[in-house]
Amino acid sequence: MNRSTLLFLALAVWLSAFAQTQFAALREWMSVPVALGPSLVCYAALTQGPGAAFGLALLGGLLSDALSSAPLGSGIPGPFLLALTLHLQRHLILRDQRFAQFWIGLGAGVGVPLLTLATLALTRAEPVTGAFTVLQLLGLGLVNGLACPAVFALFDLLHRAFDYRPLASTSFRPDRETVRGRQFRPR
Amino acid sequence: MLKRTHHLAILGVGLLTLGLLNLPEPLEARVKSAIGAAFLPLFGLRAAANSVVDRAAYQALPRSTLVDNLLRLERENAELRAAALQATDLLAENQRLRAAIGAAPRGPWRPRLARVVGREPTTWWRTLQINLGSRDGLAADQVVVSGTGLVGRVSQAGLTHSRVALVGDAECGVSVVVHETRDLGIIKPGQTLSGDGGLVELTLMQNCPAIMAGQTVTTSGLGGVFPAGLPVGTIVDTRNDAGNVFTTARVRLTAQLNRLEEVWVLQP
Repeated sequence: MNRSTLLFLALAVWLSAFAQTQFAALREWMSVPVALGPSLVCYAALTQGPGAAFGLALLGGLLSDALSSAPLGSGIPGPFLLALTLHLQRHLILRDQRFAQFWIGLGAGVGVPLLTLATLALTRAEPVTGAFTVLQLLGLGLVNGLACPAVFALFDLLHRAFDYRPLASTSFRPDRETVRGRQFRPR
Repeated sequence: MLKRTHHLAILGVGLLTLGLLNLPEPLEARVKSAIGAAFLPLFGLRAAANSVVDRAAYQALPRSTLVDNLLRLERENAELRAAALQATDLLAENQRLRAAIGAAPRGPWRPRLARVVGREPTTWWRTLQINLGSRDGLAADQVVVSGTGLVGRVSQAGLTHSRVALVGDAECGVSVVVHETRDLGIIKPGQTLSGDGGLVELTLMQNCPAIMAGQTVTTSGLGGVFPAGLPVGTIVDTRNDAGNVFTTARVRLTAQLNRLEEVWVLQP
């Protein structure tokens, strides 16, 4: 079984967690870090199996927590609930449409940090929040809204380039084969 | 519809999250450090890329600029040597006086230069990562400063990298004094509407009508972590609480926390 897409996704989650701590000038300009984790979880939830989607959500949360001052584990519920919701509703989502990808990314970009904040509210942690947090959440949503279609395009490309191509189906059906001759016995 | 797999996944992730959130602090630090080791190759790559860019920039600098810089640094060095001589004299006098009144001697700090290699991945904490760790002698609670003022304290020292809690983070409360009025206060976490990491909130111990914009804030030396006299910032504006009991002030930090490239860790 070819698992290259999953491998690329795990690699992207790892790089994305690191990228969140870098690009100081860009994050100062935007007032938010370049956090692409929610977009990657969206792609995994809508194109991969539940195990892969939940695993990536878990990996992203743990890696992000390891680099952060946040309590370990607080970054897990957000991406996991996002992966679960999208996976359960994926038959209703127009995942190949760019506008749908934008809105899913935007929702994920706002929803995952909100869920993380909700988790933090259950602990003794004291995150620095205020009126500006609303703008930061919107900023994160916009970053992911713009990144999500790009993530879909990139990973679809990688999928086509590295995964096995699906077998072309033929019109031949063995149950409709006409068998002639003396040896004929009805099946 | 939720299937059995989903129920199992929810249960598993819920238990894992609860388990991780309830880990004892030293164990949590160790687990974080172990997971964070996955990023060591990337930190290494970043350091190598920085070094290449720096070297390329030095090679591109014209000779006249280098000579100008050299002359400026030589002048600055001479001035600093003179100031250091005076400071040595003052330190000796200070130690004599402290001995005379029976106060504990204050040893000089050993500043250690560290490079900022990463920032906080989320928006609701104020931390950064530096490229020195416990193998370089760093330990929790060591003070971190920049050339312009207080930056924070080491909150967690890993083997090769450490996390610094910046002034204004929940893990870095600082006891300060307003230089002009000698009023004591505490810098607490607080986010202003601007979202500017350079502004923090100072809560003074009482109603202080003499506090006004432009006054300087330095560390008080109380609390046992930060030595007295480190510049922290300048008061921007003040307001009194509803009962007129406390005064709260917004302070602009002297250190530009968002643009730090290098910091000094003060080792005892």
